[in-house]
Amino acid sequence: MPAKGWIEVNDLYCKGCELCISACPPKVLELDNEKLTSKGYHPSHIFKDGCTGCAICALVCPDAAITVYREVTKAPASAAAGGD
Amino acid sequence: MAATIVNPENLVYSRPKGFTDMPSHYCPGCTHGTAQRLVAEVLEEMNILDKSIGVAPVGCAVFAYNYIDIDFVEAAHGRAPAMATGIKRVLPDRVVFSYQGDGDLASIGMAETVHAAARGENITIIFINNAIYGMTGGQMAPTTLPGMKTTSSPNGRDVETQGYPIRVSEMLATLDGAGYIVRRSLHDPKNIRLAKKAIRLAFETQVHGLGFSMVELLSTCSTGWGMTPVESLAWLEEHMIPAFPLGDYKIASSVAALKI
Ligand SMILES: Cc1ncc(C[n+]2csc(CCOP(=O)(O)OP(=O)(O)O)c2C)c(N)n1
Ligand code: SF4
Ligand code: SF4
Repeated sequence: MPAKGWIEVNDLYCKGCELCISACPPKVLELDNEKLTSKGYHPSHIFKDGCTGCAICALVCPDAAITVYREVTKAPASAAAGGD
Repeated sequence: MAATIVNPENLVYSRPKGFTDMPSHYCPGCTHGTAQRLVAEVLEEMNILDKSIGVAPVGCAVFAYNYIDIDFVEAAHGRAPAMATGIKRVLPDRVVFSYQGDGDLASIGMAETVHAAARGENITIIFINNAIYGMTGGQMAPTTLPGMKTTSSPNGRDVETQGYPIRVSEMLATLDGAGYIVRRSLHDPKNIRLAKKAIRLAFETQVHGLGFSMVELLSTCSTGWGMTPVESLAWLEEHMIPAFPLGDYKIASSVAALKI
């Protein structure tokens, strides 16, 4: 099971540049067209399941707008030992 | 989903401690922000935020002192390496670096840059090469590519009359005073990671007293180039890297021997 992740985008810093959107490996980010920041940008947000918490969005964000969380899911012992 | 994951235990990344709370004035997607974030992260990881002194340039990064939360001074255009020299000589236990664009460093400030490297000043330069003057409206820089359109070369840089781009890293690497000179790029996650490692090694060079260090970072200026931020990253990769190859141009044996 892939790691479960979540990001929060700080509207104070996000400028809607879309660099995180294009870099996100599972493509779960888009601009939130329903929302405007105080500077007048549509900020980035997660729009569907699949974030792994890889933090690549935060790595490419020029404005350090992203906080990344990742749930450490311990695989059950049987699953870890199994496979071929 | 969010509610269960968002707790301090699961925190993977947040805004670096070395950054102030102030939103930057850079255009959306400008990799000046990425470069400054990496500097802040490295200074934090080396635990030297409170003994570092930055020298800000004239150019889009003129307000760098508002964003990286350390002591800072602002130099006259191009004079940052001279100012950093003075500060480092008076306060040798501080970590002193300049942060400069290609106009600041390689046009008006070329003499200061070359001589600081030739003297082997124990300072670090973070050099942002975006092939253009961003701040003043996208004019030609010494790093503008042949044929590249800018507001002062509207038909494209003509090498017959306007000469060729200057490869600063290659040039400084010929000087014996240089300890660590490399070129990296900020266009994708892998290269951003490599850039951060290089910034770390440049500061380690200084901390160990091993001479002049510079990291040249290929950077975007989507406003000056007339593209979206995402298009700019692709343009950088396609056009700038062939003209300014990434690599290690000078790693003194004493720097290579550092164990970090
Ligand atoms: C003595 C002096 N000459 C010229 C200028 C105008 N000027 C301001 S910034 C700049 C160049 C900026 O380009 P660069 O260093 O590449 O930085 P960028 O803005 O692209 O980050 C120039 C020529 C000035 N401020 N002072
Ligand atoms: S990279 Fe940063 S500033 Fe750009 S859209 Fe994503 S969160 Fe916003
Ligand atoms: S003009 Fe260019 S270099 Fe200056 S902030 Fe905008 S994108 Fe960055």
